[in-house]
Amino acid sequence: MSDTFSRADVERVARLARLELTAAEKDLFARQLAGILAYAEQIQRVATDGIEPTSHAGDAAALRDDIVRPSLPREESLAAGPDADASAGLFKVPRVLG
Amino acid sequence: MDLPIDAQSIRDAVARRTVSAVEVCRAALDRIATGNPPLNAFRAIAHERALARAAELDARREGADVPDLPLLGVPVALKDNMCTRGVTTTASSRILEDYIPPYDATVVERLEAAGAVIVGKTNCDEFAMGSSTENSAYGPTRNPWALDRTPGGSSGGSAAAVAAGLVPLALGSDTGGSIRQPAALCGVVGFKPSYGRVSRYGLMAFASSLDQIGPFAASVTDAALMLGVIAGHDPCDSTSSPAAVPDFAAAVAGDGDLRGTRIGVPRHLFREGVDREVMQAYDAAIEVTRDRGAEIVDVVLEHSPEAIPVYYVIATAEASANLARYDGVRYGYRADDATTVGDMYDRSRGRGFGREVKRRIMLGTYVLSAGYYDAYYRKAQQVRTLIRRDYDRAFTTVDVIAMPTSPTAAFALGERTEDPVQMYLSDVFTVGANLAGLPAISIPCGFTQARLPIGLQFTGRFMEDATVLRVAHAYERATSWSAERPPRLTSQLSR
Repeated sequence: MSDTFSRADVERVARLARLELTAAEKDLFARQLAGILAYAEQIQRVATDGIEPTSHAGDAAALRDDIVRPSLPREESLAAGPDADASAGLFKVPRVLG
Repeated sequence: MDLPIDAQSIRDAVARRTVSAVEVCRAALDRIATGNPPLNAFRAIAHERALARAAELDARREGADVPDLPLLGVPVALKDNMCTRGVTTTASSRILEDYIPPYDATVVERLEAAGAVIVGKTNCDEFAMGSSTENSAYGPTRNPWALDRTPGGSSGGSAAAVAAGLVPLALGSDTGGSIRQPAALCGVVGFKPSYGRVSRYGLMAFASSLDQIGPFAASVTDAALMLGVIAGHDPCDSTSSPAAVPDFAAAVAGDGDLRGTRIGVPRHLFREGVDREVMQAYDAAIEVTRDRGAEIVDVVLEHSPEAIPVYYVIATAEASANLARYDGVRYGYRADDATTVGDMYDRSRGRGFGREVKRRIMLGTYVLSAGYYDAYYRKAQQVRTLIRRDYDRAFTTVDVIAMPTSPTAAFALGERTEDPVQMYLSDVFTVGANLAGLPAISIPCGFTQARLPIGLQFTGRFMEDATVLRVAHAYERATSWSAERPPRLTSQLSR
């Protein structure tokens, strides 16, 4: 693993994360993420052969019966949408194909 | 009206009809009106909803039987990452500036069913990401003990509100220390329950395997009272525990005798980076528990030095997935200058999220990305297993583990904002409990020379929240730190 984080790395990850970043943010994050990752390198020193990963720390998630319950009314679900059409029951977005 | 400072006394006074819920509510709103401006502890104050709710409780109280409700008429504040139906809930983010949830979080339903009156939503680090409450789109919160210092974070608004006496109780959320660290820095009690003890339904998710809601209070007794109300299984949260809720009030009803209790001290973790005054207060606190009969036992948490990097890999990975939902489609901010849906996502997220949130989404996306998953994310999950085992081993010889909550007292506003790693180190003693799912409390244990509060943390076995409360209560009874209040804000402002 490299302990530098280039501007191109920042742009690649920002694309994956769907984040528009300013030029200043790209420079800042390249520097800071390099620092954070260098710091995180210390976990590589720990021997973990054969150790099971922990994905969460509580009891195993309990399954429940699938019971039909009323859900939020459509108007309420749409109420917070920045461009929702309540009468059509739709969230509107800009065109999908560029 | 002079409100009693503690929730139990307020509840009893309302139940005895010596004061009405509306009078209590007005007094709290008055205090907030005066006390909040210098602190910025509240992101929003719910005047109408609170007064209407209090009036409703008074009407019910007019009947022959006063409803037997544990929080009857008690004003409470909620961190602004918990959904309140009809009341704007922002997670202190611009991306949710005008978001009005269509439902209540389970903790909100439970508090109201117990007679509590929600008076407002408190400021926090955006999406609970931070250790100083400086990462809020609505400005930083200030520490009631010293207005030029942070209250800690991310639940800094809730901690400051309780410390300044604006409300007797508040809820926070704790993913890596976000209840306990601000409780320590503001000189109040803050409790992170066992993972699964309290429903997360309606809590805006940051890192789902670590997040847990818990109380802030001026005393362990009040924290136990509030925990009893919010704890318990919830079918809406598959990770909430079906285990019966113990009687937390009984856990804090004892006389403070610690004979037979074994307290673990992981002294190997305190070699560097811990402030001298914090260490002195900690050592003195351990002696207090010894005087009360506790047996002090050295323990080793071998992998705790790696807990911070493990935490920041796992928490950011989960955050990058959880925050994918904020895309400008169903709720929240939308950039209005995009011509394609892809640009709309990128711009809405790029402009709607603050810098720390973007930094963490970037880090989390990176550690989950092809080629890095095994080296970072899976590796961190494996070390997480080792950290859990360390605690399991320690708990075969002790009942609770005592540590300082934070390596330093409150730091100055702006002091750590330029250096993320330095800020992350604020959580060095708190992240372990989240990674292992354990209950942990911070209680006041002294002051620095500059009169800044210092916190003591007790961590217990999984689902032994009551033991943690019992030990903290015993310590609290033996000392008077929890009774100390910050200087009047007006006198600080005129300095």
